Amino acid sequence: MSSALYTSRRVKNVLAMIFSVIATGIGLLFLAWILWETLSQGISALKPQLFTKITAYREEGGLANAMVGSLILNTLGILIATPIGVAAGTWLAEYSRRSRLGPTIRFLNDILLSAPSIVLGLFVYTIVVLPSKYLTDGAVTFSGVAGGIALALIALPVIVRTTDEMLRLVPGTLREAALSLGVPQWKLTLQILVRSARSGIVTGVLLALARISGETAPLLFTAFGNNFMTFNPLDKMPSLPQIIYEYTKDPSPDINVLAWAGAFVLTMFVLALSLIARFVFSRSKVSHD
Amino acid sequence: MHATASNVVSAEQSAEAARNAKDSRNDVLFGWILKACALLVLLALVGAAASTLWLGQDAFRTFGWGFLTSATWDPSNDQYGALVPVMGTVGTAMIALVVAVPISFGIALFLTEIAPQWLRGPVSSAIELLAGIPSIIYGMWGLFIFAPFVAEHIKPWLMNNFSADPPDGKVSLLVVKLPWIAKFFSSEYAFFGAGVLTAGLVLAVMIIPFISSVMREVFQTVPTRLKESAYALGSSTWEVVWDIVVPYTRTAVIGGVFLGLGRALGETMAVAFVLGNTFKFSWSFLETGSSIASTIANQFGEAQGLQKSALMALAFLLFVVTFIVLLIARLMLRRMATKEGR
Repeated sequence: MSSALYTSRRVKNVLAMIFSVIATGIGLLFLAWILWETLSQGISALKPQLFTKITAYREEGGLANAMVGSLILNTLGILIATPIGVAAGTWLAEYSRRSRLGPTIRFLNDILLSAPSIVLGLFVYTIVVLPSKYLTDGAVTFSGVAGGIALALIALPVIVRTTDEMLRLVPGTLREAALSLGVPQWKLTLQILVRSARSGIVTGVLLALARISGETAPLLFTAFGNNFMTFNPLDKMPSLPQIIYEYTKDPSPDINVLAWAGAFVLTMFVLALSLIARFVFSRSKVSHD
Repeated sequence: MHATASNVVSAEQSAEAARNAKDSRNDVLFGWILKACALLVLLALVGAAASTLWLGQDAFRTFGWGFLTSATWDPSNDQYGALVPVMGTVGTAMIALVVAVPISFGIALFLTEIAPQWLRGPVSSAIELLAGIPSIIYGMWGLFIFAPFVAEHIKPWLMNNFSADPPDGKVSLLVVKLPWIAKFFSSEYAFFGAGVLTAGLVLAVMIIPFISSVMREVFQTVPTRLKESAYALGSSTWEVVWDIVVPYTRTAVIGGVFLGLGRALGETMAVAFVLGNTFKFSWSFLETGSSIASTIANQFGEAQGLQKSALMALAFLLFVVTFIVLLIARLMLRRMATKEGR
């Protein structure tokens, strides 16, 4: 083997290693940069009135109504998406073995998982917000319910997928044991399979919650936003991401500061949720082994 | 005596038969309920396409094919063409891919072949954390931090070297030799950080975790035997990765890239602030522009009549394009999964 060839192969290898380390460094650098800015700008903007006053006071106000709105919208989204998603995931894992529809739906669910959320928002605008004007004498009515449905559409594929995957991990002997005792399939599904995959399903729901907590685009034309505190889901409803969006666009620096505070609260919430989800999942793995 | 016993038995039998009938009825009903829920997934996709097409039909009818080729977006004269937002969407997504794919590859390479075991877990969790940050945060960071950074450091350098109208006044030799390059690097407001390039870079950071986690996962599926055979023949790490791992996982890697592309095309909030939202056609990366998603986010709230319809038509285009991209992505990833025998 010629030494020139040997050297060139060696150099190529070292260059590739260096490139790879630099690429990882770049990825970590951006993570650190974004988190650092959110933390430093956000913490300096934190003050108690953030949690007690509403956005109607602008610079002198806080984000209390947005946080309450987000809480209501996320709860609605999860409450709608969880039963449907768990049911759909169960069908995929347990009932679709012999049908061609099963793989198709599983495939389409994966596409829905990364579909543009703003289009899903417009879909809910079309099927919920527009028709609701027939109930309210012609006024276009954005509402918390519409926002909740839009978020549910985003949470749904996450829950479907994790439920499907977790149920397929449940050993087949469990099914056979139950069926041989004469347990009907619906009872087997609800009381044995879903229960034994419970922590996996909870992980899916938590991940879905983390995902929808940060969503802005689908809420713009469904829940719309509101500068006052509201608990009525039929009313226009503010949310934290939507207020951050408005406050970031605002030309006043004092308002931008509030946007950073909101961004800090939102990021902490979302990251904490994904940590909890991971924790629940790691515990579930241990119990299965 | 005998009669009562048989009565009891038959009573038991009929009770059992009734219970079996009830159970099987419930089973069928339960199956139907579950199936209906699964069909909702199908309905959501079909509904999203149908509803945007339905409300966008006015625009499609009014402008015909010209909707796709016209660069005019003029609400005051009610003239709408999709070319500028489509170009903005495609341009930002392409920049994002060009930047994110090599970096993601490097990260996947680092995590599967180079890093010591103890470092792999923490680094891959950290990269995945990037995927967990809400897109609105990317948008804010892009507007307040990254766009000024681009305006101060990246853009002047690019303009000095590649544009016909550099801030330092000296047209570089490259531009003198190849004047067509300047077309891609002109900028009306040199001090302005927002633009297609900035948006593309923000998107790149967003999609890096998606692409790199797919790459890492599929790199791990390469049989150790295959890699060790290559090492035994004297290959270097790079040669094993480039000649063994990459060919083995090619389809899935392309699938992961398309997955990232799908994300980049449909992203709204990360680009809504840093694109500038202007509707003048330009070939330049440094010029402001608009994307389909950012146009919808910015204008739909106040839009009326034909403008609303044009925005719905844009949404339909976006949905169809991302659907096709994601379809390709999933098909390629599925081929990989079948190959593994999963």
